[in-house]
Amino acid sequence: MSLAFDVLLALSLIWSGVRCLSVERLDRAIVLFIAFGLLMALAWARLAAPDIGLAEAAIGAGLTGALLLDAWGALKRRRP
Amino acid sequence: MTSGLLFASTGALLFALGLAGVILIAHLLRRILAFNVMGSGAFLILVGLAQDNDIPDPVPQAMVLTGIVVAVAATALALALTRRLHALTGEVELPRDEA
Amino acid sequence: MRRLLVGSGAAVFAVLLIGALLEPLPGGIDLRIAVASHMAASGVEHPVTAVLLNFRGYDTLLEIAVLLLAVIVILAGGLDPAVDRPRAANPILQSLARLATPPMIVVAVYLLWAGAFRPGGAFQAGAVLAAAAVLLHLTGLLPSWQRPALSLRWGMTAGFLIFLAVATGLLAQGALLRYPPAQAGLLILLVEAGLTVSLGLILAGLFLFLSRDPGDEE
Repeated sequence: MSLAFDVLLALSLIWSGVRCLSVERLDRAIVLFIAFGLLMALAWARLAAPDIGLAEAAIGAGLTGALLLDAWGALKRRRP
Repeated sequence: MTSGLLFASTGALLFALGLAGVILIAHLLRRILAFNVMGSGAFLILVGLAQDNDIPDPVPQAMVLTGIVVAVAATALALALTRRLHALTGEVELPRDEA
Repeated sequence: MRRLLVGSGAAVFAVLLIGALLEPLPGGIDLRIAVASHMAASGVEHPVTAVLLNFRGYDTLLEIAVLLLAVIVILAGGLDPAVDRPRAANPILQSLARLATPPMIVVAVYLLWAGAFRPGGAFQAGAVLAAAAVLLHLTGLLPSWQRPALSLRWGMTAGFLIFLAVATGLLAQGALLRYPPAQAGLLILLVEAGLTVSLGLILAGLFLFLSRDPGDEE
């Protein structure tokens, strides 16, 4: 049962990673990256590493996502 | 196959995916995304491989915790450079070498 | 063509890497036993915190230095300070952010204190503090930082300076960062408190210094 969940989680990680790098629109790519970070936090929980899970959810998904979206907005607004 | 090895293999795939992305993608923001995917793969290998028989090892966990914080600093620095490049030249790709 | 080449190269790399991962390591060193046997002398009860701040404290010292360096480079890179225009502020979001901030600070202090004996610690606490600052900024309550005031500079370097002071203070007793077991818990809490404040300010600074350049001045 838990192995089935692990396989599903691993497949979702790879799928969101592939989509994040291949999707056409940049804003979707960034949102997919945030989803990827949250899936990583789940993987850390499954690997019995709650410390990393906490940090990944707050920093890897939250702060990195905010930084990327802010940069995307700035690049888009400045475009002539 | 234990869940540690399963996630280590996932990490290997993510690392290769990110590596291909860093080489192939020219858009700097997307390249930063690929770099982060690559880093996540390396972290998964570190923690997953050390966890055999489902008993966690605190040493790689502490290393990865440090790594995540350093990765966000590197991402912010790369974004600052990208924004600077865009402000100066209007480009979001690095200029090609003139042969 | 290049796409195909790099793609197949990465695929071969991944297959070989997975093959190498599945091979059992000959004579692997099990660090878990080494950590478990020294836990009593570490001053804390949570093994990850013990590794981060005691057994491998050197890594953490260098990490906070790297973060400080990243902020300095971002400031030196010189994004042009933009005219600070207030964002379109939604009063409901603002009052929610006002309500959320005090509990976030309490959560950060709890995580810092809990790090001694359960998952938590300076990194997570600092991340929560930074998230509170970013939330206040996004709701228009906190303007982006144009240039660092003196108190902000001291706040961002405090964690590194306290850590360095503790590390060199211990040098007098024999070795860098070898805590005496009796005072280890107190010293680690002191270092972690400094790290929390500095990490919170640095991580918030990464966002607030970058976002002072809204990109639409032209």
